[in-house]
Amino acid sequence: MDALLLSLRLALCVSAILLAGGLPLAYWLAYSNWRGKFLLEAVVALPLVLPPTVLGFYVLLAMGPHGPLGKLWQLFFGHGMAFTFEGLVLASVLYSLPFAVQPLIASFESVDRKLLDASAVLGAGRLRTFWRVILPLSIPGVVTALVLSFAHTMGEFGVVLMVGGNLAGVTRTVSIDIYDHVQSLEYAEANRMALVLLAISFAVLSAVYAVNRQVGRQIGRRLWTPWAAN
Amino acid sequence: MDTVGSELNAAMLTARVKMERLRAGSPPFLLDISVKVPSGITILFGPSGAGKSTVLDCIAGLARPDAGRIAVGEGVLFDSQASVNCPPQARRIAYVFQTLALFPHMSAEENVAYGLDGLPREQRAARVEEILNAFRVEKLRSRRPAEISGGERQRIALARSLVAQPRVLLLDEPLTGLDAILKAAIIDDLRVWNAARRIPILYVTHSREEVDALGERAITMDHGRVVSEGTPMEVLEAPRRKRLAQTAGFENLLSGTVVDLREADGVMRVRLNESVCEIEVPLGFAVAGDRVHVAIRAGDILLATSQPQGLSARNVIEGRIVSLETRGTLVRARVNCGVEFIVQLTPGAARTLELAVGVRVWLVLKTHSCHLVEE
Repeated sequence: MDALLLSLRLALCVSAILLAGGLPLAYWLAYSNWRGKFLLEAVVALPLVLPPTVLGFYVLLAMGPHGPLGKLWQLFFGHGMAFTFEGLVLASVLYSLPFAVQPLIASFESVDRKLLDASAVLGAGRLRTFWRVILPLSIPGVVTALVLSFAHTMGEFGVVLMVGGNLAGVTRTVSIDIYDHVQSLEYAEANRMALVLLAISFAVLSAVYAVNRQVGRQIGRRLWTPWAAN
Repeated sequence: MDTVGSELNAAMLTARVKMERLRAGSPPFLLDISVKVPSGITILFGPSGAGKSTVLDCIAGLARPDAGRIAVGEGVLFDSQASVNCPPQARRIAYVFQTLALFPHMSAEENVAYGLDGLPREQRAARVEEILNAFRVEKLRSRRPAEISGGERQRIALARSLVAQPRVLLLDEPLTGLDAILKAAIIDDLRVWNAARRIPILYVTHSREEVDALGERAITMDHGRVVSEGTPMEVLEAPRRKRLAQTAGFENLLSGTVVDLREADGVMRVRLNESVCEIEVPLGFAVAGDRVHVAIRAGDILLATSQPQGLSARNVIEGRIVSLETRGTLVRARVNCGVEFIVQLTPGAARTLELAVGVRVWLVLKTHSCHLVEE
């Protein structure tokens, strides 16, 4: 059960950080006219195509005793960053970044620009327009972003293994735990954990689709899904 | 009514705008106009693509002119020489878009209150109350835009833009899609609201009827330039460019194909679109097979209830009345002759002829009432 609680804690931390950081990042990516924007878009999308081991490898190097992050961490906290819960959080944030940012961008972009013009003409600045118009109309996108980053973090394996290792209570997450059980031929144990993960994932996704229908009916918009054309 | 005294109190909107717009696949579009909008309603009239909406965007601060100066009274909003460019949220210019752009997630009341941020709660409530009443939508306060009918949405959009007491009101074809009666009712409420305040209102439209119905002054625009200015009568009776004629003054705009040219008679025959109906029009620069447009004023068409004989007019076309509509002192008939013509006559004439829907009639057109319109 330790592993499950750890995974939940990790997923909650990562989702919260991704929401806080993803909102401004997605806003900027959706509305900026900067020429070099495509570069940042590519960077944000990288974890989608990169094997988790590659991402994990570079993050591990950066966090290691000779890496820039590792040195900084050592300076402030007096111990290394690799194989800690904090290191795991950072790696997971990077790994799940596109799952949070892309639904946000998509829903920001689908807000009718005339509404933004109307807001400006009515005296509202950027910040007020964001809170009163863009964000409320992007609720389905925000929910999707939260759920996808939560679920994606719950299920991650390669990055955790590379960066976190396998320390009980510190970095041994559910997926690692299942792998361990299978390796030692404890199929009943593995099955129990796997079922719990399956049940959680299914419950969360059903909740999202239910919310989507409800909210969509109210504001007349659809949930962003990675599979839809737009 | 307009008095010199009240005109002096209101700040006039002056805008001089130069702007080049590059659009993929079409020649660059140059907007170069100068307009003065005193208090009361001024119509900005012209065909689609003339640059009317761009002018409004520049005045509101949503588009940036390449050069020019925009001011309300003494307050400068934009001046390219002095590098002044006031952001839209600080201009206090109300703008009602063609699509209205009501916030779909807010009730009518919340929409209207949006522009009153920063006012104490009670004052806000009082102002919202007052404007909802002025535009007769107080009963809809808690409904979302999707639950409200078209005309009422337009009233709410007007209320929302006016509640913060703007210095100028810009309207971009806000009443399209409404019937004449509904339109007139909304305009009346707007006039009543503005009677005390006398702010300049710039009303964009491409409908000739609206120019007639609501303008005190009119400015016509085409290809990014001002074509004429004056009272609606002056502006509409003297279309200075042929293209403008497509929207001004000619109720019938028909397209067809040239059948043959009769140089000796100074005429050519044109077969109207997808019909056997052929009319004779003055000779133009065309050869047989060319596509042409023919514009005919509804008032230039004669209507007979039996086949006329011995006329000088060359075009006599048989058809049936599809609809009859009385507008003020005019009766407007739609006649189907394979293509549809709009014919205008006096109520007296309509009575004498005992016109009714379905009655067989003959239209008589003088050759020189058929104007060729260039593309």
